[in-house]
Amino acid sequence: MQIYLPIAEVSVNIFLLLGLGGIVGVLSGMFGVGGGFLMTPLLFFIGIPPAVAVATEANQIVASSFSGVLAHLKRKTVDLRMGTVLLIGGLVGSGFGILLFNYLKALGQVELLVQLCYVVFLGMIGSLMFIESLNAIRKASKPGGGVPKRRKHNWVHNLPFKMKFRVSGLYISVIPPLLVGVLVGVLAAIMGVGGGFIMVPAMIYLLGMPTKVVVGTSLFQIIFVTAFTTMLHATTNFTVDVVLAVLLLVGGVIGAQIGTRIGVKMKAEQLRIWLAIMVLAVCGKLAFDLLVMPTELFSLGTGGHS
Amino acid sequence: MIRLVSLLLLLAMPANAEEIVLGLSQDEVAITATFEGSEILIFGAIKRDGPVEVEGDLGVIVTIAGPDQPVTVRKKDRRLGIWVNTESVDVDVAPTFYAVATNRPLEEILTFTEDLNTRISTQRAIRSVGATVESAQSFTDALIRIRASEGLYQTIPEGVSVAEEALFRALIPMPANLTEGDYKAEIYLTRGKQIVDLYTTTIPVKKVGLERWLFNLAHDNPFLYGLMSLSIAIAAGWGASAAFSMFRR
Repeated sequence: MQIYLPIAEVSVNIFLLLGLGGIVGVLSGMFGVGGGFLMTPLLFFIGIPPAVAVATEANQIVASSFSGVLAHLKRKTVDLRMGTVLLIGGLVGSGFGILLFNYLKALGQVELLVQLCYVVFLGMIGSLMFIESLNAIRKASKPGGGVPKRRKHNWVHNLPFKMKFRVSGLYISVIPPLLVGVLVGVLAAIMGVGGGFIMVPAMIYLLGMPTKVVVGTSLFQIIFVTAFTTMLHATTNFTVDVVLAVLLLVGGVIGAQIGTRIGVKMKAEQLRIWLAIMVLAVCGKLAFDLLVMPTELFSLGTGGHS
Repeated sequence: MIRLVSLLLLLAMPANAEEIVLGLSQDEVAITATFEGSEILIFGAIKRDGPVEVEGDLGVIVTIAGPDQPVTVRKKDRRLGIWVNTESVDVDVAPTFYAVATNRPLEEILTFTEDLNTRISTQRAIRSVGATVESAQSFTDALIRIRASEGLYQTIPEGVSVAEEALFRALIPMPANLTEGDYKAEIYLTRGKQIVDLYTTTIPVKKVGLERWLFNLAHDNPFLYGLMSLSIAIAAGWGASAAFSMFRR
């Protein structure tokens, strides 16, 4: 059954959209990533104009993250204090990111930059997580092993403005989480994603937060950053397609609930290794597209001056 | 020689010997939520005041053109091992939809010069002025190729059926990804590759109902529209969460 999307101005199969939303929603609930880094390229692939895909995806992430965060709040696995600090950084970052995005758009080649950003960041984070969690699993499977590693004291712990984050069991400076928030905000605006796939590893490895808290806290921050991005897109570019968003989020919110429950049952190391594999797969696909000669060398852009 | 003179005379004065009388299957195309594309049936008759004066075979050409929009065609090239957009050509005038249906292959019923003047064939309907890239032709070819693969540009050589040299009908399929606006339908009548009559009409293509309302709201009241989208998202997120916790209890 086809449906015509009023803003995207294309006709798409309804069940395809529901299915895509559902699959990405399950992953989103499992890993605490918004799912945007998967959904946005998928939407390009089914023929949604990129500008509409990015803006609508932001709106959809609000829904799936909200659904996910409620599940986490019930289990008290959200560090609201840490989330707020990350959020302040995130809003500043996404403001900068949109300015940077428009500047690069004026120069042309913004598409290439977005793709390269994806390849570099996904590749880096994916491989780091993969190696780390593989080591963790190997250690855990050794008989008599599984001695909890003591948290390392690195430069992060020597900065001023210390603050107590009780849920995370941390007493650290607010500067690193603020910077993580800014970085994620910038990348989120450029790449059109929530930024969870960058924030989750940054929280685990840089801030030293426990994995169980990381997912809920990341979702909490993503809700607000993507809501902010949605409003910016809706008021400046008029590219939020509410019909597309509703279809994606119907599948997405249900998927997120299922995903959250699967996530609870899985071991932290397993969770991380699967996320790493997924990140690497998307990275590989994007790198492949950049390296292999495309079947159609030409592409059409909206008119005017490039 | 005499023939040439008569032809020139015919070109000079509007030829009224043969005239088109037209009918359309629908006056407008309404884009609704379940719009999956449409088909427009164009039918008509050829009215004759007297015996056919001009010699040559009868040709009927039906064109439907969507609103013109400039478009940028970019070409990828390999730089440092990766494929990036390098050259680009701005096409100043390119219809968002263009269909040409004829009763016989176009070159058999229309001279090259007539095509140049009237811009009937798809190649002629696209104009790019001041292209700086040498191989600009390959860019316009690419534009036609890409749009044709989306069903937006169509050339249908046997798309018009003519009965008894007097009645004609053409069925033009329109895809779902149409741009809103006034679509111009033109019906040309040719004799011996020369145009003897032209009939023009417009078919408005517009969104209706919910599609219209959402589109207007998004453009006229973007802030409200954004808030609406966000509240739907929050409500859906909360709803799913509540539904699942009830389900588990």
